[in-house]
Amino acid sequence: MGQIEWAMWANEQALASGLILITGGIVATAGQFTKWGFGAYSIAAGVFVCLLEYPRGKRRKGSTMERCGQKYLTRVVKVLGPLSKNYYVRAVLHLGLAVPAGFLLATLLGTACLAIASSIYLLAAFHGEQWTPIESKPKERPQVGGTIKQPPSNPPPRPPAEARKKPSEEEAAASAAVSGGPQENPVLVVDEVV
Amino acid sequence: MGNWVINYWLSVLFLATWLGLNVFLFVHAFLSYEKADKYFYTREILGFCRRSLRKQLDHNLTFHKLVAYMICLHTAIHIIAHLFNFEHYSRSRQATDGSLASILSTLSQQEKDEDSWLNPIQSPNMTVEHVTFTSIAGVTGVIITIALVLMVTSAMEFIRRSYFEVFWYTHHIFIIYFIGLGIHGIGGIVRGQTEESLNDSHPHRCAEFFKQWDNHDSYCKHPRFEGLPAESWKWILATGILYIFERILRFYRSKQKVVITKVVKHPSNVLELQMSKRGFSMEVGQYIFVNCPSISYLEWHPFTLTSAPEEDFFSIHIRAVGDWTESLIRAFEQKHSPMPRIEVDGPFGTVSEDVFQYEVAVLVGAGIGVTPFASILKSIWYKFWHADHNLKTQTIYFYWICRETGAFAWFSDLLASLEHEMEELGKVDFLNYHLFLTGWDTNIAGHATLNFDKATDILTGLKQKTSFGRPMWDNEFSTIANAHPKSVVGVFLCGPQTLAKSLSKCCHQYSSLDPRKVQFYFNKENF
Repeated sequence: MGQIEWAMWANEQALASGLILITGGIVATAGQFTKWGFGAYSIAAGVFVCLLEYPRGKRRKGSTMERCGQKYLTRVVKVLGPLSKNYYVRAVLHLGLAVPAGFLLATLLGTACLAIASSIYLLAAFHGEQWTPIESKPKERPQVGGTIKQPPSNPPPRPPAEARKKPSEEEAAASAAVSGGPQENPVLVVDEVV
Repeated sequence: MGNWVINYWLSVLFLATWLGLNVFLFVHAFLSYEKADKYFYTREILGFCRRSLRKQLDHNLTFHKLVAYMICLHTAIHIIAHLFNFEHYSRSRQATDGSLASILSTLSQQEKDEDSWLNPIQSPNMTVEHVTFTSIAGVTGVIITIALVLMVTSAMEFIRRSYFEVFWYTHHIFIIYFIGLGIHGIGGIVRGQTEESLNDSHPHRCAEFFKQWDNHDSYCKHPRFEGLPAESWKWILATGILYIFERILRFYRSKQKVVITKVVKHPSNVLELQMSKRGFSMEVGQYIFVNCPSISYLEWHPFTLTSAPEEDFFSIHIRAVGDWTESLIRAFEQKHSPMPRIEVDGPFGTVSEDVFQYEVAVLVGAGIGVTPFASILKSIWYKFWHADHNLKTQTIYFYWICRETGAFAWFSDLLASLEHEMEELGKVDFLNYHLFLTGWDTNIAGHATLNFDKATDILTGLKQKTSFGRPMWDNEFSTIANAHPKSVVGVFLCGPQTLAKSLSKCCHQYSSLDPRKVQFYFNKENF
């Protein structure tokens, strides 16, 4: 089991717990059960957990499959800083969020599942894992013509090989000149940055 | 659409029957609770209640997942329904309005014997949470639902493909799940009126006179109730026994000795193991489960057999794709330590067995997915060598798509000898094979162009030249359709899902609607 990244499984478990919390909360609130206030809390906590856990972190090795549309939430979650990056903080946060939902039967399952997710996050934190956002690299636009400053020094039609040997010696001598070789440019060449 | 129906009608029929049966059972149980007299008083407190049913049938992976989704759905329905039930029980317990529901709830306080109570919440101060954790149904319910959630989250495709061990070991808590499921109903919390009680105080007669049940001279007496017996074990018993039997069989087979006769290390990190076992017999394209106790006691991994049934050994080609395979390859590379022991379970049959049922077969293998076809081609080689002319298959089109050149070395000698044999027998049209290199660069392409006029391919040494890039399936399929206008063509794939989609699309597209003309049937390996 050498290459396990526990955080990935904790993430799935926490996301599932969030959904369970929301479902239990809706049942309790809609059915107006006794102590349905905990149900309302559970819906809010479930939504928060789902939003926090939806963007998947980057794997240490290999490529990571992003969840559909997660890049918008990644930006938000990144802003939260150590809350999202450090898994110890996440573990404690999830445990704290889970406790109030444990007072109502309808949301008890959500509490248990979120507590399990919290302990897996704790395990991940022990192993030194961290949440790194998946960011798409900005596409480097190829600089067309960026390295071309001069027109070609010996464009075709070229004189035959014997005549060509002479201009190469002249080129070496005239390398500092703006346009070397036998080519006479019809238009003045100005060094422009493209 | 027409072609899709022709190809999949059997699976659709099976699934429709299974779903229909599920729906029927659900509705039947629901109506029984809704309407039957036994549950008249139960309905009083609860309004109406539901029960969920689960069936377990391990047919194949897709069906397994479907059943798992159904279980999750029914678990959710079951839990939500019982949450409402408990809430209603709790309210009736605390009600002081003298309604039928509250009288029914106080029944247990009147008499001492077991049969009289209906409401599991025995006192107005008891919370539903207390009842949950002091009843068998509640405790088992919570435990097995947590087990189910853990199994589902560790079985998500991402986790399964990247961290297989997490999935494999967590999935074994299904043992807890099924034991808990079997004893879940023992407590008999859902109660109905007893037969006896129905006979002497039927609710249709007595329900409205509930205020007089206490009177000694009234016709109606207190109704008596009994709990429903646990029934879930009936559903899981048969398949549970089958599964236990299969595990025992696997254990028995694993104890049989496997002799490793040859180990070959191929380029691109592939290891070939040739083994023999007493009493082992196989068909083309079958697979075995392999366990290596020195790496892990519990992990069994499937590998396609790459040898032909005519050979006196069986072989597998293992490519390093994860923890277990890498450890295995490393273990065999140790020159100074003894070879690790291997346990083998199988062989198990898959779709490739059907290749010889088709007149024309199209075999497509991607990367290491070529293994079942290697077995088939080897078998063909032997059949021709032994002059076996009973083959129904007349033509084979073989496509092998690889990312790197080293991969071709796995079976290039097989292809070379097949080429040679076909030429000698004058049956050059029998085997048409094409190799595709998808991970090419300009260097390789440059070399190929330079050596264009050579008779053999520079990469593989075969007479057939390697093509670069991916095959254009439309062209291939239309060529085949034109060459065999009246045949039934079987298309076999062992490769990634995207390739499966494009191939099955082509099959539907190029199959003619006239059943007498060319028909393409798509078969996919299920790994």
